[in-house]
Amino acid sequence: MGRTLYAKLWDSHVVRPGDAGEDLLYIDRQLVHEVSSPQAFRALTDAGRALRRTETHLAVADHAVPTQSRDLPATDPVAAAQVAELEGNARDFGVRYHPLNGAGHGIVHVIGPEQGFTLPGITLVCGDSHTTTHGAFGALAFGIGASECGTVMATQCLVQKRAATMRVNLHGRLPRWACAKDIALALIARIGAQGARGYAVEYAGPAIAALDMAGRMTLCNMTIEAGSRIGLVAPDETTFAWLKGRAGAPAGADWDRAVTYWQSLASDADAQYDRELAMDLSALEPHVTWGTSPDQGAPVNGAVPEPGSAAPEDQARIARALDYMGLEPGMALADIAIDRVFIGSCTNSRIEDLRIAAQVAQGRKVASGVRAMVVPGSAATKQQAEAEGLADIFRAAGFEWRDAGCSMCVAMNEDRLAPGERCASTSNRNFEGRQGQGGRTHLMSPASAAAAAITGCIADVRDVMAGTD
Amino acid sequence: MEAFTRLTGRAASLDEDNIDTDVIYPARFLTITARDGLGAYAFADRAFRIKDVPVLVAGANFGCGSSREQAVWALLGCGVRCIIAPGFGEIFAGNCIRNGVLPVTLDAADVARMHRAASKGEAFTVDLPACTVQVGAWQPVPFAIPEPQRQALLNGWDETAAILARDGDAIAAFEQRQRSEQPWLYS
Ligand code: SF4
Repeated sequence: MGRTLYAKLWDSHVVRPGDAGEDLLYIDRQLVHEVSSPQAFRALTDAGRALRRTETHLAVADHAVPTQSRDLPATDPVAAAQVAELEGNARDFGVRYHPLNGAGHGIVHVIGPEQGFTLPGITLVCGDSHTTTHGAFGALAFGIGASECGTVMATQCLVQKRAATMRVNLHGRLPRWACAKDIALALIARIGAQGARGYAVEYAGPAIAALDMAGRMTLCNMTIEAGSRIGLVAPDETTFAWLKGRAGAPAGADWDRAVTYWQSLASDADAQYDRELAMDLSALEPHVTWGTSPDQGAPVNGAVPEPGSAAPEDQARIARALDYMGLEPGMALADIAIDRVFIGSCTNSRIEDLRIAAQVAQGRKVASGVRAMVVPGSAATKQQAEAEGLADIFRAAGFEWRDAGCSMCVAMNEDRLAPGERCASTSNRNFEGRQGQGGRTHLMSPASAAAAAITGCIADVRDVMAGTD
Repeated sequence: MEAFTRLTGRAASLDEDNIDTDVIYPARFLTITARDGLGAYAFADRAFRIKDVPVLVAGANFGCGSSREQAVWALLGCGVRCIIAPGFGEIFAGNCIRNGVLPVTLDAADVARMHRAASKGEAFTVDLPACTVQVGAWQPVPFAIPEPQRQALLNGWDETAAILARDGDAIAAFEQRQRSEQPWLYS
């Protein structure tokens, strides 16, 4: 019987088979950020342990950093101390560090691929649940806790339990103005926030072959919101073309050898999965969330649910979410007015995301009373967007144009919602308080978020753009 | 970490599905780099409080979302050593094990009974050697946990130390082989 991509990645990293499906896996690379690493470095110091292979780690401060002025000590001394601790640890342990003002700065999950640090066929971890993102390259990538970060630093290994496998077969052509984010939101609404728990999810089919790397990253990024730690796409010519020439990518003869190996990673035709799903994208509509869990979403032309007409076991959960969100049961999603717009996060802050948002923003104005910001995922993305004229489009439309960072995805810096404020956001989590205590989040694609900024409410981007193409 | 064998005490009930780690430990406290003293921030934006109660009975998919281990450290800081739920976020469950907190997965009907018992203040006894939870005068309810995790908890093992002590040669051999097969990962 053939093997899945997941099985191939797993088998090639088993250092020692263990009991009960728990193997000792070799970890090729780790991304390190300021929030989940201080305790790990301290554990090393306390136990007198060394870092096993310094060159396999890449450190960057992204979560708590300011995106308006880079003057951290002035804005938040506690965050400044946290960033300083990361800098100090990187220096003391000899780990590569991308400073706040450098050209290589950005969100871990944006710069990993950008730098060619993320490669097909590797295992990659980070003390961050959205490490699923890197699976878009055919890497076995998963989020871990701070204790595990310390274990990887000291041993280059982790004990892990092999997951079951799920394949999501995507076919049909993605309609104009529908984005990878809409695929993710529709899928999660269908299978639920724990629908993929315990599975490694492989996205496959003709629609995946047609999807660009940014879209694949968005899809893999959101896989954790269906409860799965691992999203995967088999590496193909799109992957190789994207990676070639990047700083960390192999070059010369190594490149050819690597590509030959990477081509062998695709799932075999007769590979078996524990679960299979199919999705036709040809009628996919832009999706937005109305609740406090990423699975509480609906097509943009739909309505907020009525708890009374839901299944009995779901009623309390829906009612609670609507109460927090300040929404009336049954109201049209398009009637929801917003206060803020956030275009950014490791889900949707890449150049492709900014391009589609700028297309919507071009020649239009942010609705009065709405505060909208664009936060590129990395310094390189920011620079490219400026060179392409996207920044000018955003500024002319009334968007704030910021420096890279997690920003209002997680509200650890000064970018946060006030209690009761409502935000159209391209990030990944609409959890209570995620964008600021008492804040209300509606997840959507960059195109939809730009449309919301222009209209001042949740809007169908196809209507906003009607007649333009 | 502290070993886990048996404990007896009261339980708190949080009967709501999909409680994510942002609810357990709000992000604005993540700039604190300490592991101790985080109990004060547990559920900071909810009315829910736990104090010196060793067991938490929770809803499905408890601890989903962010990988932040601060969520476990905060619960530990409130005295929680065992969480009973119909299911857990996977990264959260792993973080629990590594901090001596036992995640017990039971079917929804058993968990529902335990929510009621917790609200009435009944005593819970969690026995890891026997893999059972006993509530008041009920028959003990058995639970399953992978044996490696059970051993780690029973012995209070430090995973890093265990790997270093046992697997050094195997890791070196792996690296040697990988270096010859995929030299680009070593340049
Ligand atoms: S952008 Fe948001 S989800 Fe992504 S790493 Fe930063 S905080 Fe996490």
